[in-house]
Amino acid sequence: MSIDRATVAKIASLARIKMSDKELDRMVPELSGILEWVEQLGEVDTSNVEPMTAVIPNALRLRADEVNADPKTGGDKRDDVLANAPAAEHGFFGVPKVIE
Amino acid sequence: MSDLTELGIKAIRDGVKAGDFSAREVAEGFNANVAAASDLNAFIVATPDAALAAADAVDAKRAKGEELGAMGGVPIGMKDLFATKGVQTTAASHILEGFTPEYESTVSQNLWDAGAGMLGKLNLDQFAMGSSNETSYFGNVTSPWRRPDGSNTPMSPGGSSGGSSTAVAARLAPAATGTDTGGSIRQPAAFTGITGVKPTYGRCSRWGVVAFASSLDQAGPMARDVTDCAIMLGAMAGFDPKDSTSLDMPVPDWEAALSSDLSGKKVGIPREYRMDGMDEEIAASWDKGKEMLRDAGAEIVDVSLPHTKYALPAYYIIAPAEASSNLARYDGVRYGLRDLPDGAGLQDMYAETRAAGFGDEVKRRILIGTYVLSAGFYDAYYNQAQKIRTLVSQDFASAFEQCDVILAPTTPSASFGLGEKDDDPIGMYLNDVFAVPASLAGLPAMSVPCGVNSEGLPLGLQLVGPAFDEQGVMNAGLAIEERAGFTHRAEKWWA
Repeated sequence: MSIDRATVAKIASLARIKMSDKELDRMVPELSGILEWVEQLGEVDTSNVEPMTAVIPNALRLRADEVNADPKTGGDKRDDVLANAPAAEHGFFGVPKVIE
Repeated sequence: MSDLTELGIKAIRDGVKAGDFSAREVAEGFNANVAAASDLNAFIVATPDAALAAADAVDAKRAKGEELGAMGGVPIGMKDLFATKGVQTTAASHILEGFTPEYESTVSQNLWDAGAGMLGKLNLDQFAMGSSNETSYFGNVTSPWRRPDGSNTPMSPGGSSGGSSTAVAARLAPAATGTDTGGSIRQPAAFTGITGVKPTYGRCSRWGVVAFASSLDQAGPMARDVTDCAIMLGAMAGFDPKDSTSLDMPVPDWEAALSSDLSGKKVGIPREYRMDGMDEEIAASWDKGKEMLRDAGAEIVDVSLPHTKYALPAYYIIAPAEASSNLARYDGVRYGLRDLPDGAGLQDMYAETRAAGFGDEVKRRILIGTYVLSAGFYDAYYNQAQKIRTLVSQDFASAFEQCDVILAPTTPSASFGLGEKDDDPIGMYLNDVFAVPASLAGLPAMSVPCGVNSEGLPLGLQLVGPAFDEQGVMNAGLAIEERAGFTHRAEKWWA
């Protein structure tokens, strides 16, 4: 199925990627081409097939209910967590004002 | 002394242990090769001091008579998709430029614990999305290989692990880590005449690996030969409670059990891989591979993988869908780039940051993924693709009732010139047509060099095994390696 410019603009907006008119002009035929190519999957009768949920059967594990059992993924890491933030203030991530 | 950078993992490890040379001498040799090879652009960041520090630690251990580890004294290249504490980790993207992890990925930590050292962070396709290493924000990687026609056209080292393949092929590192989502270890290995293994999904922890498509991403070794891959995979693999899909099972001693005697083994030849218009030299290399495995004692049998042609389009729904979800985390808030125009609000900041931070191929895949997951299209695209994935996996299960390992080409062609396939996304995707099915099924697979084509460019053969049977895959790879006698190498033009 080919998709139109308005649809690509909508998806870009959903994906939070700003796109110029020029970029949209380039993306529309490219995405249409890819989507037309994947359409062939419709040829396969999958009415009795379950969608894959795990590539290697593997039960989810529970970890011990213990605080900071693994120090690498435990708490008390505020400075580490904020170390790469573009704007860290007062121990928080800083963002532009969201409430008028 | 002979040139230590001619040595692979096993020779370095054993030589350091025996005292034939020091780990520091090895690290110095490779550091010099890295520094002289900037024309290849294989590294985003070189870390010569880290390589020397690790080498000194190994030499000090040896002086004290301690165990040196499975990779003791071996300096390696680390694909810049693995988080390395204190060393910039970018996934070859602008959005992560300058990101300096506060932690170390499990796989890289395992390697350091085994005595390896880091020569630097290797270039790749941006977020591992690409098959030619032309999508990196930090520039293309150029293969050491050239066509012998005198044109000096820069050739593709394959992708996404193109920095890894180039570094190993050009002797900038004896080995490198790679990651394989839909062929990103095997295809670059084939393009550069080296050996690469994608283990069973879950063998190597994904913790600390920048996520592309989590149900497919799997790390593995890229090295000069099968034995070196077996050693390095042993050091990388292992259960990790921090990865919910990590395999909770013992890591076999693959190196010790390597055997190229394939007596009693059956090698399956999937008839659907012989596609219309197949490159004649690729077909000939495949036939040669069959002869080699027969010579090693195996019986060759025909098998069928009926859904092969649907694997690649299914992959190009599943992988972008997962990528669109995984890459939602790059928002300009917690790490990486922030693009905040004057007076912009939070939503504008997200959109501007992601517009500036992602390359074209990454945007393309995020948009495809967002589309196929969107309301009204989920069943037709994503769910259908996941059902096809089940069928692809069942195809392999049936085939492995009739054979022990599958032999196929790694790629539909040898390497191509950088820029030659730029304007055709689907043409580029087709590079991975033989690699993607095993990825969808989570199976162990490898590429081993088998010769060169009429242009003098390397060709690889692929082996695929049942889940958890890396040993069978590497044994068959070893049988090919011993018979192919691949000694071709790129003529040194870059330093």
